[in-house]
Amino acid sequence: MAGTTLSATEAIERRLRGGVTDWRSWIVEGALLLSLLIALGVLLVLLADIAVTAAPVFGERAVDFMTSPLSARPEGAGLVQGLIGSLLITLIVAVVALPIGIGAAIYLEEYARDTALNRFIRTNIRNLAGVPAIVYGLLGLAVFVTVLGMGRILLAGGLTLAVLVLPIVVITTSEALVAVPESIREAALGVGATRWETIRSHVLPYAAPGIFTGTILSLARAFGETAPLLLVGAIAGTFSASGGPIDQVTSRYTTLPTIIFHWAGYPQDEFRALGAAAIAVLLGLILLVNGAAIFLRNRYDRKW
Amino acid sequence: MTESGDPLTVETEPRPPPVDEQPDDKGPTIRLMSSQLEVDEAEQIAAAVRDEGIPMSFAADELVFELDRLSCFYGSFQAVRDVSLQVPRNQITALIGPSGCGKSTLLRSFNRMNDLVDTARIEGRILYHGVDLYADGVDPVEVRRRIGMVFQKPNPFPKSIYDNVAFGPRVAGFRGDMDGLVESSLRRAALWDEVKDKLKQSGTALSGGQQQRLCIARAIAVEPDVILMDEPCSALDPIATLKIEELMRELKKNYTIVIVTHNMQQAARASDVTAFLTMGDDRAGYLVEMASTQDIFTRPAHRLTEDYITGRFG
Repeated sequence: MAGTTLSATEAIERRLRGGVTDWRSWIVEGALLLSLLIALGVLLVLLADIAVTAAPVFGERAVDFMTSPLSARPEGAGLVQGLIGSLLITLIVAVVALPIGIGAAIYLEEYARDTALNRFIRTNIRNLAGVPAIVYGLLGLAVFVTVLGMGRILLAGGLTLAVLVLPIVVITTSEALVAVPESIREAALGVGATRWETIRSHVLPYAAPGIFTGTILSLARAFGETAPLLLVGAIAGTFSASGGPIDQVTSRYTTLPTIIFHWAGYPQDEFRALGAAAIAVLLGLILLVNGAAIFLRNRYDRKW
Repeated sequence: MTESGDPLTVETEPRPPPVDEQPDDKGPTIRLMSSQLEVDEAEQIAAAVRDEGIPMSFAADELVFELDRLSCFYGSFQAVRDVSLQVPRNQITALIGPSGCGKSTLLRSFNRMNDLVDTARIEGRILYHGVDLYADGVDPVEVRRRIGMVFQKPNPFPKSIYDNVAFGPRVAGFRGDMDGLVESSLRRAALWDEVKDKLKQSGTALSGGQQQRLCIARAIAVEPDVILMDEPCSALDPIATLKIEELMRELKKNYTIVIVTHNMQQAARASDVTAFLTMGDDRAGYLVEMASTQDIFTRPAHRLTEDYITGRFG
């Protein structure tokens, strides 16, 4: 008896241990890892190049660089106007696109009936989010600059970017609302809450982390957007940006990415370093914003 | 809450009806009958029920609900056909039947919860203390305030235990002693002793059985007249289930309870009156018979009922 048991154990042990090396999964795993390394590698090289090129600027005149206006002289040029322009534009986007986008999403998800028309609208909002940014630039040029006669002012740029991120805000908000279980709505309606009371007291608070994250990311998108602004008047020549916020909003403007775009085109080598430094500032700010989004998401993430 | 002392007045304040309340009558509703035979049988039973009078009938002042040939549709699909039954006051009425026979749909039409489904609509009438719940101008919010609901899966708000109970009274405009109301609701739901020291903790941190009793406390905090329970114990273990059943027997002194259950032992143990529904080949549910729970389980009048309760079907 003991002999049989032993040999049976041995047989099983042999089968369990004696597997052939699974080359195929080894190769697949290796290929996937390689893809990751390439993606990260390219990014790292890019960042390292920017850091090295930008180092002298930050080393010699970091504060001066951040607080000086645009200039044709590389040793005196700075990006303060770009910082102000980008921040004001992002502010306009936040004020215009967030309420409209969040409102539209609440209507679509919580009030609209599931009709063919509404499904069509939903699909098209998704498509709008995929429309190339330059198309929004043309739209802004036609609508805000020309038809509404604003001219190439900061407000026109801000409104153009607001339209650009609107579909993204609607989509991310919709997704956050859909993620709130139907059982929560039923619970609230079941004790006699109205639809709005249900949304205000339960659906919106529980969807808030998702909405915050999505909207912050869409603001980061607006912050880094360049192409449409080139069409609606962001410039990089020397201009005086003075006066209060109202004057700023209604006058010529520039933004961080616009400055980078123009400096990259200048013949002088010094501007390459300045451009790299501006990129570093832009990346740093966007990283900060995205970090805030991730922090908020983790902080308020809800398990059902 | 709002004049809860007088259940006979359903408030008909002209609140604009929510968008999704217009009946969805795109296209004619064609009853697709895959088997004429089966439907004939259903018709016969329905006719018999009509002819003999509804087996259980109650004095008008003992009635809470009276269904008059109620049919429920989702789009062109008929989920419930021609159900006529009566729900007596301060009793536990169980709706039993095989999966998909429309029990939950029927229950959710009792407090207009089905209004939330875009394609849902009904034919026939549901009288609540004599008032047609689906008549023009009846406010579904007020209906749900009087006819509370406990759902299959415990669904406490991810808020504190206190806020879970207090939400209903708050939206109803309750201006009294909220602490007292929360305590009495939790006491009536047999949960107070377990949670009195942690009212600020999240309701979702409780066990499944406690969550369901919290949901019952939440439902009774608005002083409803009726509590609808949609398989309230299907997600609970046997001990938690027994606690809920015990609680139901206690609650029926003050409330009328209608419970949908898959669990025949539960119906037999806990209910006073039982309605057995099944479905025809076109998947529309219909009422086979309704009688005192004892009669249903000891001497069912119909073969279908007998087959079901003895486990030969369903």
